[in-house]
Amino acid sequence: MNLENQKVLFDTRRHFLKKCPIGLGGIYLASQMSGVGGMASASDVDDVVNPIAQKNPHFAAKAKNVIYIHLAGSPPTLDLFDYKPELVKRTGEDCPDEFLAGRRFAFTSGKPKLLGTPRQFKQHGEGGVWMSDALPTLPEVADEMCVIRSMNTDQFNHAPAQLFLLTGSPRQGRPSFGSWVTYGLGSENEDLPGFVVLNSGGTNPSAGKNAWGNGFLPSVFQGVQCRSKGAPVLYVNNPAGMSRQLRRKTLDAINELNSLQAESLGSPETRTRIAQYELAYRMQVSVPQVMNINDESKETIESYGAKPGEANFANNCLLARRLVEQGVRFVQLFDWGWDFHGTNASRGLKGGLSSKCASMDRPVTALIKDLKQRGMLQDTLVIWGGEFGRTPFREGRTAKSQVLGRDHYPDCYSIFMAGGGVKGGYTHGETDELGFKVASDGVHVHDYQATVLHLLGMDHERLTHRFQGRDYRLTDVHGEVVHDIIA
Amino acid sequence: MPSKKIQPLAPIIFSICCCAILPLARSQEAGPAKNIDRQVRSILSNKCFACHGPDENSREADLRLDTREGALESAINLDEPTDSELLARINSDDPDMIMPPPKHGEPLSDKDRELMKKWVADGATYTSHWSYLKPTKPQVPQVAASIDANEIDQFVQARLVGSGLRPAEPADRRVLIRRLALDLTGLPPTPEEVKRFINDSSENAYETLVDYYLSRPSYGERWAAMWLDLARYADSAGYADDRKRTIWAYRDYVIRSYNENKSFDLFTVEQLAGDLLEAPTEQQMVATAFHRNTLTNSEGGTSDEEFHSAAVVDRVNTTMAVWMGTTMACAQCHTHKYDPITQKEYFQFYDFFNQSADYDRPNESPVFKIYSTEVQQRRQAIKSELAANKAESKEIPTAAEVDAWIAEMKNEYRGKASSRVRGQFVRVDLPGKEKILSLAEVNVFSRVNGERVNVATRGTATQSSVAYDGPAGLAIDGNTDGDFEKKSTTHTNTEQNPWWQVDLGEVVPIESISIWHRLGNGIHSRSDGFRLSVLDVNKKEVWSRDFAKAVAAEQVAEVEDLPSVILELINQAEPLDDAGRSQLENYFQELEKRKIQIQISKLNAELASLKSMTTLPVMQALPEKQRRTSKVQIRGNYLDTGETVSAATPAIFHPLKADAAKNRLGLAHWLVDQDNPLTARVVVNRYWEQIFGIGIVETSEEFGAQGELPSHPDLLDWLSADLVENRWDTHHLLKQIVMSKTYRQSSSASSQSLSVDPNNRLLSRGPRVRLTAEMIRDQALAVSGLLSSKMYGPPVQPPQPKVGLKPAFSGQTTNWTDSVGENRYRRGIYTEWRRSSPYPSMSTFDVNSREVCELRRTATNTPLQALVTLNDPVYVEAAQGLARRMVGETNAKTALEKAKFGFQLCLIRKPTEAESIRIRQLFEEAKRHFENDKTAAAALATDPLNPPKSGSDLVELAAWTTVANVLLNLDEMLMKP
Repeated sequence: MNLENQKVLFDTRRHFLKKCPIGLGGIYLASQMSGVGGMASASDVDDVVNPIAQKNPHFAAKAKNVIYIHLAGSPPTLDLFDYKPELVKRTGEDCPDEFLAGRRFAFTSGKPKLLGTPRQFKQHGEGGVWMSDALPTLPEVADEMCVIRSMNTDQFNHAPAQLFLLTGSPRQGRPSFGSWVTYGLGSENEDLPGFVVLNSGGTNPSAGKNAWGNGFLPSVFQGVQCRSKGAPVLYVNNPAGMSRQLRRKTLDAINELNSLQAESLGSPETRTRIAQYELAYRMQVSVPQVMNINDESKETIESYGAKPGEANFANNCLLARRLVEQGVRFVQLFDWGWDFHGTNASRGLKGGLSSKCASMDRPVTALIKDLKQRGMLQDTLVIWGGEFGRTPFREGRTAKSQVLGRDHYPDCYSIFMAGGGVKGGYTHGETDELGFKVASDGVHVHDYQATVLHLLGMDHERLTHRFQGRDYRLTDVHGEVVHDIIA
Repeated sequence: MPSKKIQPLAPIIFSICCCAILPLARSQEAGPAKNIDRQVRSILSNKCFACHGPDENSREADLRLDTREGALESAINLDEPTDSELLARINSDDPDMIMPPPKHGEPLSDKDRELMKKWVADGATYTSHWSYLKPTKPQVPQVAASIDANEIDQFVQARLVGSGLRPAEPADRRVLIRRLALDLTGLPPTPEEVKRFINDSSENAYETLVDYYLSRPSYGERWAAMWLDLARYADSAGYADDRKRTIWAYRDYVIRSYNENKSFDLFTVEQLAGDLLEAPTEQQMVATAFHRNTLTNSEGGTSDEEFHSAAVVDRVNTTMAVWMGTTMACAQCHTHKYDPITQKEYFQFYDFFNQSADYDRPNESPVFKIYSTEVQQRRQAIKSELAANKAESKEIPTAAEVDAWIAEMKNEYRGKASSRVRGQFVRVDLPGKEKILSLAEVNVFSRVNGERVNVATRGTATQSSVAYDGPAGLAIDGNTDGDFEKKSTTHTNTEQNPWWQVDLGEVVPIESISIWHRLGNGIHSRSDGFRLSVLDVNKKEVWSRDFAKAVAAEQVAEVEDLPSVILELINQAEPLDDAGRSQLENYFQELEKRKIQIQISKLNAELASLKSMTTLPVMQALPEKQRRTSKVQIRGNYLDTGETVSAATPAIFHPLKADAAKNRLGLAHWLVDQDNPLTARVVVNRYWEQIFGIGIVETSEEFGAQGELPSHPDLLDWLSADLVENRWDTHHLLKQIVMSKTYRQSSSASSQSLSVDPNNRLLSRGPRVRLTAEMIRDQALAVSGLLSSKMYGPPVQPPQPKVGLKPAFSGQTTNWTDSVGENRYRRGIYTEWRRSSPYPSMSTFDVNSREVCELRRTATNTPLQALVTLNDPVYVEAAQGLARRMVGETNAKTALEKAKFGFQLCLIRKPTEAESIRIRQLFEEAKRHFENDKTAAAALATDPLNPPKSGSDLVELAAWTTVANVLLNLDEMLMKP
């Protein structure tokens, strides 16, 4: 846009502000805001005054929103989705050298023993999706699920693998998945952040805040961490002694004093600040409201197994639905405690996995059903997965113990998606008979990222941002869309 | 306005400035169209180089357009310019023919096509990219008539000619002092400073003020905050466990350097290569921590090589970005597509930083210790004593000394058959750090009634500490079993210089001592280097012996003053023969040596016990023999390597001086060499950006082909050349900028100037930009009277919300204990910076996590920021402090006067009538509100600030707190005026 056009825009904007009473529209402003590389913008004006205003995708989107359930630590998918009868047969044999030569593992050295799953597997639904008995209720939504058994990554430690999956680079400093998506598409609700993060399990994911950081994108695209216990967003509560009524009076004073200043200086960004303060004021109500699950029906609360007032995974699943319902673009859930090394019984593949799954399986099933029942599943992409796989052999440190466990493994693992334009009751990709290598239709992390962006109507090669002289994208310089899984 | 965006597709980069509401036109315009080559180069770079540039691997059709030779081969026909393939392609309608191809982006604009046509017709001159040519001082235009216009004003006003804009009026003195104080010190002016300036009627009142702020200690704190972003300084090591890292002495070095006005070239050399200087000072060693701010990964199972390589890559990228505004990162994986830097050159540069001793170790070694002044003096004294002792131990005793000793011995031992030692205490010492003393048994043999008897069992044993249920008495229980499991073995803590001792109850003659150590798996060697001694009744040592090795069996020490053979020689009646004499000489010499040795070990022990004040990781060159081999990493993968390379600078730039060392020191001098075309420009631009919000080159991180062209190229060159002429004196540069009329303009914007130049690139008004995160915090604390002026030292932990989640793999990073006392109110620069969880309120105001160097901060304007300044207890506390000043520090009687006083404390300027009336209105509303709710009043007036002095009217205080909360949230408060 040239300067003449800017003038037009500027007039439009002044007009816009004059026209709108204080209180309309969330007007975020990054100083010199710009459109996304190659992205057709809904309107240049919106783009300028409100970077999280909804934007048009590159092409027709299958999904509008994402609920991304990340199981930090990485669940043992050989014991959940990827059934390997041959591995079961050969349990206890030495791991063949071909799978060990030149490899490093996090906690295993020497020659480990093969470990077939101790779980019982069955096929479910019309699509015949394999699932183990660790997942008692998920089979009810088997025909909504698209399981990818051929995922693979480059990293075998938690933090780099999480960063690789969620930012496209194993090192810190790049924007996260949700940041890229809100940067590309904006958000539908101007009273709430476009990208919300919910944690459970008492510990942040290993990658820390970088897992939802904005990297070099403006901070409006950072994931906003909300909590179902205590203040739902940092500093959302007025200080002790400041009632909502008095807060209103202070905002009136701020706005009027700012207006006086704007008149005398002719400074347009002061108008923006007024709008920001109004939005903050609305968020003081809208955020606690959306985060309060008490107004859900008893049946709904029970179906998720949610407990109002607590901070747990079930609550977060229910909150995810509420947030998406309100137009939040990207909801990222992290649940801590999926690192099944077998170092103690609660991290073992038998009872440990059963009880950890019990806290996950029901809420996820309820979430998919709830979305479906409300007609939201077709627009909402639900993603479930960890940051890497786990070895088909017993973890070195715990090889002699009673508890079964597996080490970190990057070469193959399973995730699943549901809704949002993916095929239901569908299984994509295969691993070899022992579960060491992808046998067909491998999906690398960058392919997976490209595919999710594609479902959202974005070309991963065109969703770029220039930083330090270089165009960056979520998929770095890689990634092929996996068309087979798209309905 | 002539400016036209040339690359409609390229995303716009965010700038630090918040002063404009509309996107900047990408100012590709380099002033008057005198430089068509520059503009064409910019078009070629943005549109063509990706496929027809320096990178051979991605070059299409074997055509390169980044050199004239390449272009003349087939694309440009100078004989028939209109016949040139280049012009045919950019003008084609055929989608298969047109360049750039549609999938690579939009076609050239008409204007660009015209420019290309003219350029080809004029002979297609290639100049080097502008920033690769060394700046020279251009002629200063004479446009501004005013007598106090400086060179900056001349260049700026020359650029304004023809724009239809005129410079704004000078800013009011109150506005000016607030702007200047915030710019130079990061703090608002105090009421006294304002008063002094307003009342200073001298001609150079403003210059006096500038000099005053340049000399304030707060100056260094403000500018260090900028540099720490570049240095990616943090108090934690990054990655998953994000351990705490002690490196604050480097932060203090930066503050000190700014306050000393250290020249930028020295500042550069110290940070990149202080350790390689001759006899580096302590501060020069500390400076090298600049490149130890890289991340360290101590998660289990990670490869040190991988993360060391990542750190070196970061050093390369940071160095080139910070000093030369050049993106090297692309060349890590492939030859640069836009700038002529090859992948090989990248790894030659890498080699400079690959030769230091650090290696992604959890203990961050090598680390440097810093001592307090007193301790440092004592260390010096000990060291010289040690040197003297060592020299003495090499001396051979003179014949006279030997004679004197023999005479003395004769006198003492005449007629005695033995020289038994008598003592009351037997002691075992294990000198050193992190030692464990674990003894199975100690026997002390004396002669009682002619019988040889172990008298130790009668005594009482003690030791330095007890661990693992191993009390001292177990070494005199008569059981020599060394198996720890059998509970007959002592055990101390792991500590410095552990000891064990038995008190025999009375002074007895001692013949020999036997000692048994704890056994098992070579564990007795823990006692290697132990020392056995006998003390008299006053615990004065009368005999000792050092053992280099502990043995896994009974270890016997005969306790006697003189060996029997020596005693015989001493007592020999007849004169000594040569052999006898020489035996005595040798014994005496050994004795002397042993005495000196004891002295030396005492001094060493003291030296080891002197605690350092702090430590920090530093750079340390690897010795010649241990130098690493650097290889090109294929596609930037450290495991996949190619050609071996050695340190060199990229060929496109000025050469390294022939006699320069090929190490970090040589590199540092190269960066600040007079011939370096970039460093001075990058430095000038950075200061400009800090003051005006946008650099003369907007992309302050990128001066290469992909960067923006400067808005005032001649001004940039003039200031850069001037900086070098003035020996990199940055005070001089900054003073030039803030003394300019351009800086001193009012920031009030006419609708004309807003519509013609929304982003103020032409500088027809003063800079109005959002304050940084640090300034917003510091200002709130300053106006509330809470700010501590304490400088330097360990980072502090001001209150932050407890969010109840901890980072993975580390309990350590969660222990944030709100600081108390003045540490609660220190400037933002002292707030502990943890990369995995940056201080939330500052993070909301756009500080980054400092994992990598941040060349430019974004300035956003978001509702989450409003929530911080409205509700964060830090800002609530500041409002309470400000309210108390409004009540207590003024003689004002009326609410209106108090409102005015508070307003002026915050914004310095006087409020308009409308403003003060509006504030009074709020006060009255709030007062009515609190009169009906005294509990709320008490809470808002005092939580979290301490209770006010007794007799205070809490309702009134709460109402003023409400007002103060509003003042701290005014747009004007968050902006530079």
